[in-house]
Amino acid sequence: MSCSAGIVGCRRGPSLRFLLPKGSVAGIKRLLVSAEVIPRICIVGSGPAGFYTAQHLLKHHKQAQVDIFEKLPIPFGLVRFGVAPDHPEVKNVINAFTQTARSDRCIYSGNVTVGKDVTIKELQKAYHAVVLSYGAEDSRRLGIPGEDLAGVYSARAFVGWYNGLPENRDLKPDLSSETAVVLGHGNVALDVARILLSPLEILRKSDITEDSLTALARSKVKRVCLIGRRGPLQVAFTIKELREMINLPNARPFLNPADFKGLGDAIKDVPRPRKRLTELMVKTALEDPGEAMASRWASVSREWSLKFLRSPLEVLPMADGRQARAIRLAVTRLEGTGEAAKAVPTGEVEEMLCGLVLSSIGYKSLPIDPAVPFDAKQGVIPNDLGRVLGATGLYCSGWVKRGPTGVIITTMNDSFDTAQSVLEDLQSGALDVSGAKGGFDLVRSILQSRGICPVSFSDWEKIDAAEVARGKLSGKPREKITDPREMLELIGR
Amino acid sequence: MAAPGLLRAAASSCRRILLAAPAGAGRPNAGPRRLLHVSPRPSSEDKVTVHFVNRDGDKLTAQGKVGDSLLDVVVDNNLDIDGFGACEGTLACSTCHLIFEDQMYEKLDAITDEEMDMLDLAYGLTDRSRLGCQIFLKKNMNQMTVRVPEAVADARQSLDMSKNP
Repeated sequence: MSCSAGIVGCRRGPSLRFLLPKGSVAGIKRLLVSAEVIPRICIVGSGPAGFYTAQHLLKHHKQAQVDIFEKLPIPFGLVRFGVAPDHPEVKNVINAFTQTARSDRCIYSGNVTVGKDVTIKELQKAYHAVVLSYGAEDSRRLGIPGEDLAGVYSARAFVGWYNGLPENRDLKPDLSSETAVVLGHGNVALDVARILLSPLEILRKSDITEDSLTALARSKVKRVCLIGRRGPLQVAFTIKELREMINLPNARPFLNPADFKGLGDAIKDVPRPRKRLTELMVKTALEDPGEAMASRWASVSREWSLKFLRSPLEVLPMADGRQARAIRLAVTRLEGTGEAAKAVPTGEVEEMLCGLVLSSIGYKSLPIDPAVPFDAKQGVIPNDLGRVLGATGLYCSGWVKRGPTGVIITTMNDSFDTAQSVLEDLQSGALDVSGAKGGFDLVRSILQSRGICPVSFSDWEKIDAAEVARGKLSGKPREKITDPREMLELIGR
Repeated sequence: MAAPGLLRAAASSCRRILLAAPAGAGRPNAGPRRLLHVSPRPSSEDKVTVHFVNRDGDKLTAQGKVGDSLLDVVVDNNLDIDGFGACEGTLACSTCHLIFEDQMYEKLDAITDEEMDMLDLAYGLTDRSRLGCQIFLKKNMNQMTVRVPEAVADARQSLDMSKNP
């Protein structure tokens, strides 16, 4: 397929202002409207933030052209590479994103790294507005000795591995340890724990990669301990994910009753989500599980546990100095209460044997281009309702705007808000659209001169069909292609 | 988890059949409204009218069949509610959150833990909140009014340049 596939030409014809016929005021007005310059907006990143921003702009502005650029050949970001394979329901959002991408006012271009293949300045020459929604591509580091030992992984890389993210396809995590430690009490921590403990027959029906299935089939992991610096009232995971863990068919929870006694009073006046989440932990830790559950828990060989008030100090090596053997933890206590409570070391230290450590303490956004302001401390682009501070025409949405937290509805609302800001600025004139912009044609010629061939949405649909066909052979919804070269070969590059 | 999707598919194929009926029925002048009466079950008894108060205060009125979910009603009637039903009725998000009137809320079927779990993540949660994908139309719901909650992250007046070019 040639580079020009799927390209739509500039829609703006010669200015109609000079061709006005003598006619009614309404007729003139209509012609003036149609002669207005088409607002051209581009979006950097094709995850949920990018697609929800595009969807809102296209829906609420009937002329705007909204183009999407993506670093990988294929779209959907964390919906494809972050959402757990056993959560296919969440991936239904892809249907709405696909409708957006198929709009004749939207061009999707994969395989284009903004900041490298094309700069933000160049995008600003081609578009009236640029929305940055490229997410959080890095992990926060623990910053402790032993972090780089074999057997220590970021949960993000582990998730990327089982979800077929090209950069993590060769992770080959060592699953030969019976005990795994997950550092963190968020939903990613519960996702990786659940994948490590789930029965293979469940995973086999998901879109988890075949390589990961093979590795998980050989896994020796029996116990997963999730460790957090703070207490049960500060966990960041949500109740749906906790309930799934409690209901795992072949693993039992171990929640230390001592951690949960007396919590009833503390949650009397907290908001409902925190209250119900805590009640579920308290119930699991303190109440009789009932006969059926008790007999199931007695018969299974796998276990997961929540450990509180422990902060990692060091991952300790085996005698070879290369492989993780144990983790040293500082015992902490809480200063303050509620969400704002801080963990302070008590001075007490303990060690726990484990050959596998997954660090799940959060994702981190990185700066994309020197032309864009970046708050390195907060890891976000400084903005006001999505308007990048001090940079007219630049906007941001999603995790790079507000930090790497929240579920799909959070990103949806946040992206709609940013789109609203763009629409307001178009209406108020704060966004100058008086001059026509070259749009995708201009970007395409810049990319061509640099030997970059964008992947169109119809190209993706071919890759998609091939993945679904491969999945069918093994009873999976799809078998993901994890090598970008193979994706490109498939579309004739 | 395919049930709601199937329901929706069934509902829309039903409509297609009804609309396709005229040729065979030999009544070329009969419009779709007339034709509804040819269906085996009298539609007037099956139809339930629901009023949705949208975020901007606009009232959207639509009909569904007994057994349809409120998400089905929104989708089948193309009601313009931003971001509604992102996970397509599989209890994996809270974008179809709706707020009911006191009296109606009391009459709804019992709520499951799983629905409560997703509602916990909803914006603007009230004690009369439910997920539209879990509420299935009954005859006693005819003419009920449900409210779409505002996305509280940003309560600015939403701007639609397509309405106001």
